[in-house]
Order: sequence, then C-alpha cells, then structure tokens
Amino acid sequence: MKKQSLVLVVIAAIVVIAGIFFITNQNIQKDVSDDQKKIGFIYIGPPGDHGWTYMHDVGRQYLEKELGDSVSTTYIENVPENADAVRSIRKLAESGHDLIFTTSFNYMDQTLEVASEFPDVKFEHATGFKRADNVSTYSARFYEGRTVIGHIAGKMTETNTIGYIVSFPIPEVIRGINAFYLAASKVNPDVKIKIIWVYSWYDPGKEADAANTLINQGADIIVQHTDSYAPCQAAEKAGVLAFGQASNQEAFCPNAHMTAIEDIWGPYYAAKAQAVVDGTWSSEDTWQGFKDGMVEMSPYNEKLLSSDLIAEAKAIEEGIENGTIHSFEGPIYNQAGELVVKEGEVADDGMLASMMFYVQGIDGEVPQ
Amino acid sequence: MNIELIIGILNIVLISTTPLVFAGIGELVTEKSGVLNLGLEGLMLVGAVTGFITLVLTGNYFYSLFFSIISGVILSGIFAFLVLNLMTNQIATGLALTIFGIGLSAMLGKKFAGTPIDGLNPYYFIVISFLLVFLVGYFLSKTKSGLIVRAVGENHNSAYALGYNVIKIRYLTIIFGGVMSSLAGYYISICYAPMWQEGMTAGRGWIALALVVFATWKPWRLLVGAYIFGGVAIMQMNLQAIGVKLPGQFFNMMPYIATLIVLVFISSNKVRLKLSAPSCLNIPYEKNS
Repeated sequence: MKKQSLVLVVIAAIVVIAGIFFITNQNIQKDVSDDQKKIGFIYIGPPGDHGWTYMHDVGRQYLEKELGDSVSTTYIENVPENADAVRSIRKLAESGHDLIFTTSFNYMDQTLEVASEFPDVKFEHATGFKRADNVSTYSARFYEGRTVIGHIAGKMTETNTIGYIVSFPIPEVIRGINAFYLAASKVNPDVKIKIIWVYSWYDPGKEADAANTLINQGADIIVQHTDSYAPCQAAEKAGVLAFGQASNQEAFCPNAHMTAIEDIWGPYYAAKAQAVVDGTWSSEDTWQGFKDGMVEMSPYNEKLLSSDLIAEAKAIEEGIENGTIHSFEGPIYNQAGELVVKEGEVADDGMLASMMFYVQGIDGEVPQ
Repeated sequence: MNIELIIGILNIVLISTTPLVFAGIGELVTEKSGVLNLGLEGLMLVGAVTGFITLVLTGNYFYSLFFSIISGVILSGIFAFLVLNLMTNQIATGLALTIFGIGLSAMLGKKFAGTPIDGLNPYYFIVISFLLVFLVGYFLSKTKSGLIVRAVGENHNSAYALGYNVIKIRYLTIIFGGVMSSLAGYYISICYAPMWQEGMTAGRGWIALALVVFATWKPWRLLVGAYIFGGVAIMQMNLQAIGVKLPGQFFNMMPYIATLIVLVFISSNKVRLKLSAPSCLNIPYEKNS
C-alpha cells in the first residue's frame, strides 16, 4: 500500500514537472489588462535559431517597444507544420488574442481553418497566398537579396561550382534559387549550381552534412535556404565561402561569411498591430523588399570581398530599390527552353508567387 | 568518381553516423538486460546542452565531457529508480524522460543558444565508437558478466534464483545506456555541428532506437545498420548534388521502414525472435514474486 502511494506521488510529480517544463517551453504569458490588444505569434522553430524564427522574434520585440503598453505579445515556439498547428493557433485565438501572426508557409490551411472559426480575430500569415476577410498575407522579397548574393557568388567562385542547400520545394525557395542563378550566370556564364534538398527547415546535423557533401563535390561557395548556421560553420571549417541566412551570422563563421540576407519584420508588425489598436486593420497582401526595408543585406565582409565588388553589390541594392534593376528581367527561359518572360519585360508577381520551375541552365528537376 | 571524392564521402558518412552508434550501442546493452528506455532523445539533448554550457563557461573540453556524462548518469539514474524500484511502466516513463529532456535542455540552453565555440575533432569519437562496439560485443558474448546481463534480460526470475542481483545489474545497464546517449549528444553539439540550438538532435534518438531492433540486438549488426542508415542518407545527398532526381522524403523515412520490415520478419519467425530479442524486455521485475 505504502509503495503504491509512493508510486502515485512520483508519477504525479513527474507529470507536474514535465507539464511545467512543457508550458515554460511554450512561453505562454497571460497577464494583461482589458484595454490592451493581445498579439500572438506562432513560430516554426526556437527564437534561438539565429535565423528565420530569431528574426520574427526580433520583429515581435520591436513591435512591443514601439507600441508600448497598448499591446502585449505572446508566442508559441516549435509548432510543427501539421494538424498540431491548428491546436496552437486556436489556443491563441481562444485566449483572447486580437491579432495572430503565423510565421511559416505551411501554416496556411491551418490559419484559414482557425480564422473561419474566429471571425473577430485578425490573422496574418507569412509567405502564403490564401487570404480571407480576417486573414492577411505578408512576405518579404527575399529573392532581391538572392540577386545580390548571386552576383557576388558569380564573381567570387573559382571552381565555378556553387553549393545550394534547400529545405522544401515551395515557390519561395524555387524563386530564390532562380534569382540567385540568374544573377550568378549573368556575371559568370560558366557557373553551375549543385542543389541538395534536406527536407527540413532546421536540422543542424543534416545541414552540415549537406554542406560538406557539396564542398566535397567541388563547391567553393555555400548558399543555404535552411534556418541554422551549421552550413556557414561547415564552410568556415573547410575554408570555403558562404552566405548567412535570415540574420547576420558573421559571429559564427567570420572567415566564410560574405554577407547575409536579413529579414526585417519589425516595422510591418508594428504597423499592423497599430492598425488593430486603431480599428483600421483590413485584409491585404503585402510583399515588400529592399525599397520598404523588409529585406536588408548584412554588412559586407571587407576581409573577403574587394571594395569594387562591395560597391557593385550596393549598386544592385540601390537599383532594385529605385526600380532600375529587377531580379527577373527577360528574356528568361525555363528548362524546356520556352520563353517565360519576354525581352524587356519583368516577371509579374503572379508568376513569382507560384514559381515552381527552374530557369534554363540549372541542372536537375524540381522535386514534386 | 575519383579517389578523393570517395574518401570525402566516407569521411562525411563517418562523421554523421557516429552519434547513432553511440546511442544505439548504449540502448542495446540496456535492452539486453530487459529494460526498454525510450528516453534517448531527451538524454541526448541534455547531454548535448550540459557539455556545451560547460565548455562555454570553462573553455575546458575535459570538464565539458565530464559534466555531459554526469548528466546522463543522473537522468538515467532517475529513470532506473522509477522503472526498477517503483516499477513504473517503462514505455510511459521513457516517453516522459524524452519530453522532460527536450524541455530541460531548451530551458538550460536558452541563454547559450548562438554562442560560438571551437568544435572538437570528431575523429577521437569515431575511433572510440568502433572500439565500443567491439568491447560491447566481446563483453556480451565472451565474458561472464556479459552472460549475466543477458540472463537477467532473458529471465529475471531464474537469474534471481541463481543469486544475481537483478535490480543492481539493470541499474548499471540503464546508466551505461544513459551515458552513451549523453556522449552521442555531446558529440553532436561539440564535434558534429559545434553549436547549441534547441532540439538540435532532430530525432536521432528515435533512429537509434529503431536501429537496435533493426540490428536484432547484435552489436556488430548495429554497427553495420548504423552505417547503412548513415551511408544511404549521405549517398542520396551526393546523388542529388550530381543532379540525379530522388524522392528525398522517402530516404528520410527509410530507417523506420527498414526497422518495420525487420520487425515483421523477426516476429514471423518465433525461433529467430527467441534467439535475439531479450524475453524480459519491457517486463517489470518484482522481487520475490
């Protein structure tokens, strides 16, 4: 009898401790006065990834600082892109949040599902394309940054082989590959890119394996569209060059990191939260790049890049900002050799948003 | 393909497979004594974060390795106390250990995520992993103590009747398994991808568990199995980079599919199952029963 009660006590203790850790892990904070607007965030990874989720969290902190006491923010991290996401989004909606940002592409249907149940709650879905009366979409034109790094990579590669590590075959990623290749092949027609799909946004081990595999196959520049800084670290170790992803990662690979494409979400988050406070929020589609400051380049590494090349990169940034340069300028052909963007024209947003083909010159096929 | 390319590929396979060997060989010994520990993922994460934090704070690889091992001893010791003394359900307790480890490591590592460190050369650990497999194989098949461990796993009541302390032996094997898992975690955060980020083991604990079944509880097969799993993953990356079109998702599922096939195979042949699977696996031992 005594033993049984001891067992029960221990089991209860474990459940309670595990529960506490589980909850603290999810970082739910709930102590707000009634007039405050509650803003919720759903993160795919941990804010400590120093990549994608980190930058969303920087945006969230910016929002809090800008709007002060009129809002309070909450986030749930490590939410998988499956039916689980519905539960997490619904949890925020049920707990009185007025505006919820879901910050990954594959939360799309889940966001719409919960949005239909809570018509009074506003939703903002990152990088998606499905909207509703209370669901906005927003994304950054990361591909503009890829044009800049493509130019740098085309000029810097000596083996004419560039390794490109990617997560999932979705339009955003394919668009990035194409923008990068178009810019790189423009300055270096011999350039080849080798692509490895790792089917994960975040697996430092696998990302490092992919980087080492590419380096082993002769790549002297590593580009990534995954979230950890493992590829940049692997490049540093192997003595080749790399670009950071989503945030400035120079601290982790100072001798490999040439620059990074940074996602700047803060001003957008603050504006949308302010709209909810003012009652002026409306469903819309936002897609901003260099011009509006949603995409920025990290400081160029002067140890690795010549001042001429840095000046060229800055000129491209400026050109994209004032509209004289576009990442997808015709003529652009697809792999089958068909003309998809005519000479003198640029790809429209519709084509960019649904881009699921490689441009001519890239080897391999887009995985289905 | 030239020689350099092949050596490079082998090198990457060695580096990426070693954590599976460590975690797998530890779990194999634990399971041989009749205890199923599903907490590998949690143990690995805590081992990874303790090693990382100690290294950041002290800058000493020896201390960091030491504390990583200690974390494995403590956590697996708690697990052992629960399943051996209090006779809790091993599956539920193991799952709780994993969830606990994920949360604990995230909490401990919060302030340290994104601190740059100098990684350790992985080759020490690669050599040790091969030695370990050899030693465990020798221990389980050629030494008296190894036979006792297996006896405890096959029939704990008979082992007890012969005068062996079942609980003590299982404590030792569980702690050995725990330490091996922390070493696997340590290797990941210090050698393989020198960094700490939450959940960075990314499911390798579960693959190691699958591996033990795949190897039908034989150390040498475990080593071969680990290198098949690791080798296939790296080969598909190489083929991708060359431009061969492959279903990448399929390769991510492969370890689990292979394990399912082995499970079907060994369960359809009772003699085979008896030869390899410890009969008392996942059965709590009650003294004097």
